[in-house]
Amino acid sequence: MARAYRHNLNGSSLERGARQLEVHDVSLRFGGVRALENVSLGVHQGEIHAVIGPNGAGKTSLLNCVSGLYRPQHGSITLQNGKVHELTKARPSRIAKWGVARSFQNIELFKHMTVLENLMLGRHTHMRHNVFSALLYWGPAERQEIRERELVEEVIDLLELQAARKQEVGRLSYGFQKRVELGRALCIQPAVLLLDEPMAGMNTEEKEDMARFILDVNELAGVTVVLIEHDMGVVMDISDRVTVLDFGRVIADGVPAEVSSDPAVIKAYLGEQKTAA
Amino acid sequence: MDEATFPKLLAALAERHGDRRVALQEKRFGIWQPITWGEHHRRVRAFAHGLATLGFARGETLAILGDNRPEWVISELAAQSLGGRSVGLYPDGVVDEIHHVLDHAGVRIVVCEDQEQVDKLIALREGGRLQTVEHIVSYDPRGLARYAVDLLVQFDELERRGAELEAERPGWLDGEVAAGRASDTAILCTTSGTTGKPKLAMLSHDNLLTMGSNLMSIDPIDRDDEYVSFLPLAWIGEQMIALACGLQAGFTLSFPEDAATVRSDMREIGPRLMFSPPRIWESLLSTVQVRLSDAGWLKRRVFAAGQAIGTRAADRRLAGRRLGPALSLGHAVAELVALRPVRNQLGLTRVRRAYTGGAPLGPDVFRFFHSIGVNLKQIYGQTEICGIAVMHTDDAVRFNTVGVGIPGTDVEIGEGSEILLRSPAVFSGYYRNEEATAEALRDGWLHTGDAGYLDDDGHLVVIDRAKDVMEAADGTVFSPAFIENKLKFSPYVDEAVVFGGGDRPHVAAMVAIDMETVGTWAEKRKLSYTTYTDLAQKPEVYSLVAEAVARANDDLPEAMRIQRFVLLHKQLDADDEELTRTRKVRRGTIATRYGGIIRALYGDDDSVTISSVVAYQDGTQATREISLRIASTNGATSSERELVGAQR
Repeated sequence: MARAYRHNLNGSSLERGARQLEVHDVSLRFGGVRALENVSLGVHQGEIHAVIGPNGAGKTSLLNCVSGLYRPQHGSITLQNGKVHELTKARPSRIAKWGVARSFQNIELFKHMTVLENLMLGRHTHMRHNVFSALLYWGPAERQEIRERELVEEVIDLLELQAARKQEVGRLSYGFQKRVELGRALCIQPAVLLLDEPMAGMNTEEKEDMARFILDVNELAGVTVVLIEHDMGVVMDISDRVTVLDFGRVIADGVPAEVSSDPAVIKAYLGEQKTAA
Repeated sequence: MDEATFPKLLAALAERHGDRRVALQEKRFGIWQPITWGEHHRRVRAFAHGLATLGFARGETLAILGDNRPEWVISELAAQSLGGRSVGLYPDGVVDEIHHVLDHAGVRIVVCEDQEQVDKLIALREGGRLQTVEHIVSYDPRGLARYAVDLLVQFDELERRGAELEAERPGWLDGEVAAGRASDTAILCTTSGTTGKPKLAMLSHDNLLTMGSNLMSIDPIDRDDEYVSFLPLAWIGEQMIALACGLQAGFTLSFPEDAATVRSDMREIGPRLMFSPPRIWESLLSTVQVRLSDAGWLKRRVFAAGQAIGTRAADRRLAGRRLGPALSLGHAVAELVALRPVRNQLGLTRVRRAYTGGAPLGPDVFRFFHSIGVNLKQIYGQTEICGIAVMHTDDAVRFNTVGVGIPGTDVEIGEGSEILLRSPAVFSGYYRNEEATAEALRDGWLHTGDAGYLDDDGHLVVIDRAKDVMEAADGTVFSPAFIENKLKFSPYVDEAVVFGGGDRPHVAAMVAIDMETVGTWAEKRKLSYTTYTDLAQKPEVYSLVAEAVARANDDLPEAMRIQRFVLLHKQLDADDEELTRTRKVRRGTIATRYGGIIRALYGDDDSVTISSVVAYQDGTQATREISLRIASTNGATSSERELVGAQR
């Protein structure tokens, strides 16, 4: 029995470093509120790309546009996976099929189901059998479930969820539930994984654990990660590239070292420094 | 079998059982993944050839560093197949400990598990301290794909290369295995090292196998005795059951999925044989205690009644008397409603024999397991005599003794009450340490350094390490470990260190609380706390522990009762060298590190201020002043405590 995994959790066939997700000139308005204004950014295959910014900067709105929950009034979002998919016109379920998976800021798991059941649900988009063959269960549906379970078990192994496999999600700690949510998104075998504040509300130790798992997902499974996060320390430590939003605009974009020394970013985060007259 | 060795026994088992019986199984991906005896043998052969391609030669030492996995056992047997030996390292060991063993044993090839262990070796190499090591073999490739370390080779890659070599020279390995002698060193086993750096005991195939067969001559083990291997294979106890007995009995070894799933994996297997050090039994007991305190009153009553009957029945049985009709009936009911369900929760339903060893276990813990129907027996031995020399026989389990010598073992009491042992399982010496060897081995007798005596029935009673035995103010000789075990019966006490004797006027204790149980206790009482230190210093927690201290004082003679105690601001940790890797207290380190606290225990103040150095991960250090309370119990027993409480 070899220890290496048999399933590839990365749903993208692109070369590492190739442009995968392209957000081009996107604007989103709610009535008179401009949530996003001419936002453009590019995500490369195999990278951890962080989107940061103060509260209300438009980070979650941007993620919602990518996953199809919001329709921007202007601009395009394209995903390169097999062929080029335009995401701004598509339904969320279709976008998920194309390989965009996400986790939510507030945990959106089925609390009365076990960890295993939640993860198996992540395989839903890959299930091929209809209600009738599933009702019969034996034969094709059973074989399919075994096949999907193998992949789910590799996710359990990767994220070290073994001890909680058969526990109800609602009874697990907050940090653990966040990890389960990451696992469910991973079960889709995504081309891009969108994580909305995966470390919000965690203590230092839980944050470190989560950062480890995000790195594992990225390095071991090769999955591209787009990450919204408030904790600057974590962002600068684990990201390959950082985009900074403020009031719906991109104010900086680059590698962590460039971004953290950018005056516009410092201003957005710390306020303007008064110069002595 | 002439000149029996581990590899020869493996070959015989593979021939007998082929692919019909399972030798090893590891739980992965939620299911038990079996390896049959045939496949086990094939993999050992392939890996042995793989080691040969790296130039592994007769008499060489292979180091193995990782958690219990099939690859661990395969590596050991492969090294032995080539006439070499293995030395196991504790997977939680820090780099200094690993360096000491690798350097001392002159290891050229290290088999290690995963990225975590490889990183330790790389850290040693970057510090220029990995002089002897030429190859690192890793069996978990996760995270290593981008490691550009020239020493590193993957386990399955080496197996593949080995299989190629095997095809080139068929039959070569059979010759190598046949050349193995029973007197060859099979393993270098680290001693626990309560006093200093661990020494490496040389144990031969003959030592280990004789010990195994002597043990099995009184406690038969057969191929259906499933065994779950979750304690470090670097420890003699695990080597002894998993390999020395396992290869003779031919049972299936099961490796749990993860450290966190041991309990549930064990329930799935339902082992019939168990061997664990006291801390495992103590933690099983606290699980029961904690779950009972969470249960409703009905369950608590039922269990208390059932356990009372169980205790009476066990006491009768152990005294060699019959139960009588009333107790038999009562016991049958208790078994059904209280005892069996608890055993089931602990995964002990099918256990025929359970052993504890490595350190003394408190009599209260013993009595508990017998009351719920677990046949728990004490084993006494040392690494130097392959772990088992003296133990309880089925018909004579007495909580205060460690039993009688197993067949082939002579027990004598030497100068200064020192226990002396002689048997074919006694080691040939410490590796490259003649001075220590000469001290331990004199005229064929192993000088254990433990103090003890033989009681009227010839049962051995172990007092403690000879140098730890203390003499109280009134001249009574006592063992600090005995008192410590009394304290550790409380689920709230994680570790305890007892002082006294010499010019100290009374007995005092340093206690580290159990964060989990005390934390739950505090939450239930709406007691808020932040850190371990904060929790430990709550007056409420002091009274909680004072109860445990009073209960321990109950059975102790006056001069041995604990008068003052302190709750430590941190748990004792093997990483801080306060415990050995097998979790034995290192009294020397503790005496120097906590000198201030110990002085205060014998002073008059009711608090002591110490400075604690905190090392942050970025390498900076900060010193904090911490004030610890000291509680005086004046040796009160629990009845006296109640009295005081009533008077208030």
